Amino acid sequence: MSATTWCIALQGLEGARVEVEAATTMNLPRTIFVGLPDAALNEAKERVKHGVKAAGRKWPDGVVTVNLSPGSVHKHGTHFDLAIAVAAMSVDERNEVARPLLADTVLFGELGLDGRVRPVRGIIPLLLAASRHGFERAVVPAAQLAEAELVPGITVWGVAHLHEVLEVLAGRPVLHSVPQAQPDEAAPASPDLSDVRGNEEARFALEVAAAGRHHLFLHGPPGVGKTMLASRLPSILPPLAPSEAIEVSAIHSLAGERLDGGLITRPPFQDPHHTASRQSLVGGGGGGEIRPGAVSLAHRGVLFLDEGPEFGQKTLESLRVPLENGYVSIGRAMQQVRFPARFQLVLAANPCPCGSHGVAGKECSCPPFRVRQYQDRLSGPILDRVDIMLQMPAVTRFMEVDGPVPESSAVVLSRVLEARERQARRLAETPWTTNNEVPGSYLRSELPLPDASPINRALALGKLTSRGVDKVLRVAWTLADLAGKEAVGSTELMAAMRLRLGDAARAA
Amino acid sequence: MVRQGKVSRALGSHGEQLAAEYLQAQGMEILERNWRCAEGELDIIAYDAPADALVFVEVKTKSGPGFGHPLEAITVAKARRLYRLALLWVDDRRRRARVLRVDGVGVLFGGQVPEITHVRGIAA
Repeated sequence: MSATTWCIALQGLEGARVEVEAATTMNLPRTIFVGLPDAALNEAKERVKHGVKAAGRKWPDGVVTVNLSPGSVHKHGTHFDLAIAVAAMSVDERNEVARPLLADTVLFGELGLDGRVRPVRGIIPLLLAASRHGFERAVVPAAQLAEAELVPGITVWGVAHLHEVLEVLAGRPVLHSVPQAQPDEAAPASPDLSDVRGNEEARFALEVAAAGRHHLFLHGPPGVGKTMLASRLPSILPPLAPSEAIEVSAIHSLAGERLDGGLITRPPFQDPHHTASRQSLVGGGGGGEIRPGAVSLAHRGVLFLDEGPEFGQKTLESLRVPLENGYVSIGRAMQQVRFPARFQLVLAANPCPCGSHGVAGKECSCPPFRVRQYQDRLSGPILDRVDIMLQMPAVTRFMEVDGPVPESSAVVLSRVLEARERQARRLAETPWTTNNEVPGSYLRSELPLPDASPINRALALGKLTSRGVDKVLRVAWTLADLAGKEAVGSTELMAAMRLRLGDAARAA
Repeated sequence: MVRQGKVSRALGSHGEQLAAEYLQAQGMEILERNWRCAEGELDIIAYDAPADALVFVEVKTKSGPGFGHPLEAITVAKARRLYRLALLWVDDRRRRARVLRVDGVGVLFGGQVPEITHVRGIAA
């Protein structure tokens, strides 16, 4: 006797179809799993056995062999429990499991000893993969029904207990109400830009960064508002497009987040502490399972590294590849996984460990070599990938409390939206949507410049690299988009150089 | 020897009696019951004439289904020990056959009639 059910094994965001076969032979009662299960999956033996009994069904006599095929793919996680339980139950005629629906249904869920079906990690990528593989129906934990229904192209049935699974298969599904999602209402609102008083240049740089998704470097002594500014960036970013929202939600679901409030529609904001390990930043993890890191959780959103130089240099260097490619490939002995990582980088740094180096009226207490060491940690290659370098000067005069209230995030956001629209229109024929994604070759050939002499001068002086030139052009286009112009003028070009080079641009 | 209460010992020997009757009904000849030596005990020793096999049977009895399948109580180590005992028995009794086989018989009470499971060749 044998029986088959279907499940999905995740490798990163990719899912492989897994056939769960169960068969029995007469010998001393025993349960054997074959097909590269990991420790968590091997423990399913006991969970599933008790779950089946709790559902009032019989666990088959003799040796129960459960085969997870293809045998060469590593399987991890607890979501196989349901598929294993149903396959094992189907082997025994007495359980009267209805089989016709099993062939195009995937089963996801972790079983409790009492037969309850518990939520699993990565339900959204699991369902996306199932739908890609052509499954019509999926059985998911009832607690995750709200999330599961966000995935298009597949019918989902929620179950709270193993016996409900059998009812679903028999065509008598138990209905579970989906708790009404209340997006954004419960989430703490992102702080507003109107809190930032004075500092007009910084506010403008932030707006440009938001409009073109440019990488931003904030440099200045402690207390000038670097963190304050960065934390307000999400409030002026446009919401995610529906396809982006699914993509971002899938990554966060894989990381184990519960998405009860619906899809993630706001650009995510990740601000890992500077003690974060390289694995937590780039992705990785033990036990054969590779989880997305902060760079992937910040996909289509913002990765904010406060106190940039405090991150290990190796950690920072590991950002170079994702910055360039928009994805990370994580290799382990047995598998290779690729996660998307198209994030907007915001780096903040003090001038030196004590924070007073080069600040008027203050004395730096660091020995010169420490200052140098500190600044060297942000290597040339990393800084070369930043589009906008913002020097934030120490606050030299107290802002008048009675002064005009600065623009709120909503006002700035409307301008950003307009600029994004302009970019999308110009790049409609291309695979890109924002200025930051446009490769240099396209910039130079398709989007001509009025006068390139300032750039040539900076190149000749060694203030700009070739990559730097591309960055200046991208920022210049964003400035034109914000100003509502159809072409880049010399004003935009000079301003972009100023943003890109910080103070060094004046000399050029 | 594990100490057992009166009731459980009675249950065990009743189960063994049922198992022996079952094996006889299957056409086996019971040679000996409850053979003991220093190493342990064999519940039933039978001769399976069609297969020319000496069969050493371990009987497990359960009073109800709440304690799992009776045969679950036979571990791999236990089955191996039974085979060692079988060799000792052969040595002691000087009896020969083409095949030596260890079988498990589970007797499960609780239903209308006791449910008997017979698994052949659990150790070699």
